[in-house]
Amino acid sequence: MGDNAIDWAATNADPRFQELHRRKAGFLSLLMIVSVVYYFMLPVGAAWFPELFRIRVAGVVNVGLLFALSQFLVAWGVAALYTRRANREFDRLAEEINREIGDRHLRGAVR
Amino acid sequence: MSGAAGRPLLLAVLAAAASLPALAQTRSAVPEQHRWLTFAVFAAIIALTVFVTYVAARRVRTPADFYTAGGGISGLQNGWAIAGDYLSAASFLGIAGLISLWGYDGFMYSVGWLVAYISVLLVIAEPCRNIGKYTLSDILAYRNDPKTARVFGALSVIIVSTFYLVAQMVGGGVLVKTLIGIDYEISVIAVGSLMLAYVIFGGMVATTWVQVIKAVLLVVASVLMVVLVWSQYGFFGDFLDHVVGDPRVQKRVATILGDAASGLSPQDLGQRFLEPGLLFTAPVDQLSLGIALVFGTAGLPHILMRFFTVPTARAARTSVVWAMAIIGGFYLLTLFLGLGAALKVGAPAIIEIDAGGNMAAPLLAQALGGGPDSLLGNFMLAFVAAVAFATIVAVVAGLVLAAASAIAHDLYVGVIRGGQASTEEQVRAARIATVAFGGIAILLGVAAKGQNVAHLVALAFAVAASANFPCVFMTLFWRRCNTGGIVAGMLVGTIVAVGLVLVSPNMTYPKAVRAAAQKVIDDAPQRLQAIERELSSSELARVEQAKKERAALGRAVARARDELERYRRDDTSLVGLDAPLFELRNPGLVSVPLGFLALVLGSLLYRDPRAEAMWDEVYVRQNTGMLPAGRGGSAKRF
Repeated sequence: MGDNAIDWAATNADPRFQELHRRKAGFLSLLMIVSVVYYFMLPVGAAWFPELFRIRVAGVVNVGLLFALSQFLVAWGVAALYTRRANREFDRLAEEINREIGDRHLRGAVR
Repeated sequence: MSGAAGRPLLLAVLAAAASLPALAQTRSAVPEQHRWLTFAVFAAIIALTVFVTYVAARRVRTPADFYTAGGGISGLQNGWAIAGDYLSAASFLGIAGLISLWGYDGFMYSVGWLVAYISVLLVIAEPCRNIGKYTLSDILAYRNDPKTARVFGALSVIIVSTFYLVAQMVGGGVLVKTLIGIDYEISVIAVGSLMLAYVIFGGMVATTWVQVIKAVLLVVASVLMVVLVWSQYGFFGDFLDHVVGDPRVQKRVATILGDAASGLSPQDLGQRFLEPGLLFTAPVDQLSLGIALVFGTAGLPHILMRFFTVPTARAARTSVVWAMAIIGGFYLLTLFLGLGAALKVGAPAIIEIDAGGNMAAPLLAQALGGGPDSLLGNFMLAFVAAVAFATIVAVVAGLVLAAASAIAHDLYVGVIRGGQASTEEQVRAARIATVAFGGIAILLGVAAKGQNVAHLVALAFAVAASANFPCVFMTLFWRRCNTGGIVAGMLVGTIVAVGLVLVSPNMTYPKAVRAAAQKVIDDAPQRLQAIERELSSSELARVEQAKKERAALGRAVARARDELERYRRDDTSLVGLDAPLFELRNPGLVSVPLGFLALVLGSLLYRDPRAEAMWDEVYVRQNTGMLPAGRGGSAKRF
């Protein structure tokens, strides 16, 4: 398009951006896979391994109930892990790239 | 007819409208002399939202104000608004009802609705905030051919919104009819007009605040009810002991299990309520539903749109985290609301008002306040019902805004006007689109009276998961994705999802309906005999119970006669089938992979230099938020 002065290809190729990309992509895929697999264990377990879900743990409380409740903790845990790392690390890296590369490539642009 | 087919539709509960035919004919939940109370509470909550709209209306001047509240919503506010947008009457009324009737299997729904937000948080929220401006199609149009992407994106948004909207409108109409007793048509028009007032005058500012108010009310009402339940039955362990030991719960399980219940002790029967397998009898269907939920949520246009209202990617992230906390907390409470209703109200009373269980939460409120004859009980019922009503209106407002933005911003301004339109013209177009789409929604809602609209919600999620999600996701994360892929993905995803639902068990099959109705009528004399034996019993309690059962039987037979009459002349479903061709109620398992496959093939077979050239820009921007469109020094991207 070229409607602004940032050289996007150069920015994408910049080692700092590549570093951000590498860390973020890896972390996101890991969290995504873990949470999706953990979630689908619930319908799969309930449908194909019901006897496992029926095992009583304490009083009337069974494995299935505890596993369903654990889904909430895992979902919140994934959200907390991601937010913590994004707030501390990804935002800082993105801001650095924004400031330095963005400014450098913008220099001389008609604004 | 298999057991599963005779049970309330698996997906039906996704809509408050789940069991309209049943609802429309059963008696009302509120005694006549307490109707004024329901009316007063409804009026108070409506007045509050109208006031907010009045205040908001003065702040809406530009298209950005109208579509995204000027991007000035904070993460916390947006989190509550997302919760308000997402916790539809389906989840509030539907899931509480499911848990009250089916125990553990109902609770499994709750889990899926929360987990869906992980994909929203990880792959959708921040990139959308960084790239998009007002609509889902903004993201697609960024690197793909703008006009083509906007046309296909807008059509998909309109399809998803229409399906979801009609289901909500019908649900809202039935809810108001059941509770206040005014006609269905007037109820639908009332829901529609309120929603139109919010959106036309207040745009996203008012819609956001209506959603926030509704979410707060919903959480307050739920917490209050759960605390009351706990105060009577004890917290977790003790509470569950009560559930397992409750004779009505045990009887309910025995009814569900039928012959399989013989040989089980009452305690075993109660325990079965906390185990999987009462509702879900088709495991693959469950998996398919899970896929549609987890990926469909990230493709719902009204949810996506909420991320354009916050100023930064960080605020978008914060808002999803708040939303997950609120939504998750709420769904945890549904366990106690549902089981509480099973204990306090009992399955027979819940089914009598609505066979799908949708009235379980309002009935629980009534029971907790002192029952159908008490003032407090009816006040609490009115409050919960008014919250449910506010819920429907808030969700509908979000949907109309999403559809209107697709019509006005994508189709009119983006495609027809080639991006050339003044601020005033854009706002006027947005308001006209809102009136037009809202008007059509009201007409469709009225026309759908008495129809089974459960499949519409299944369709909305299926299309969102099979068409919208692959296109948005791949545009953001796959270098080779291009216009050809978007067109193929949208078309295949939508057509396969719609096609499979049309031939699925969600549709009404007159032969099966007639057979079921005939069976009710044929079995009635035998049941009546059993009841009459009870009537001659010497125990007063048993006689009372038998009288109730006799009355319920009479109503069931009347319903069955109505159904026989209604489907007397039909032999086949909407698309001319005797029986379902495709056994899954949700097509996600098939349509989502096909949507992705079509997108990949389309991209590989099509050459699109622009999409390739724009990849670096899209990828850098979505990760860094560098100069989002329309902000900073970048030229306006129309």
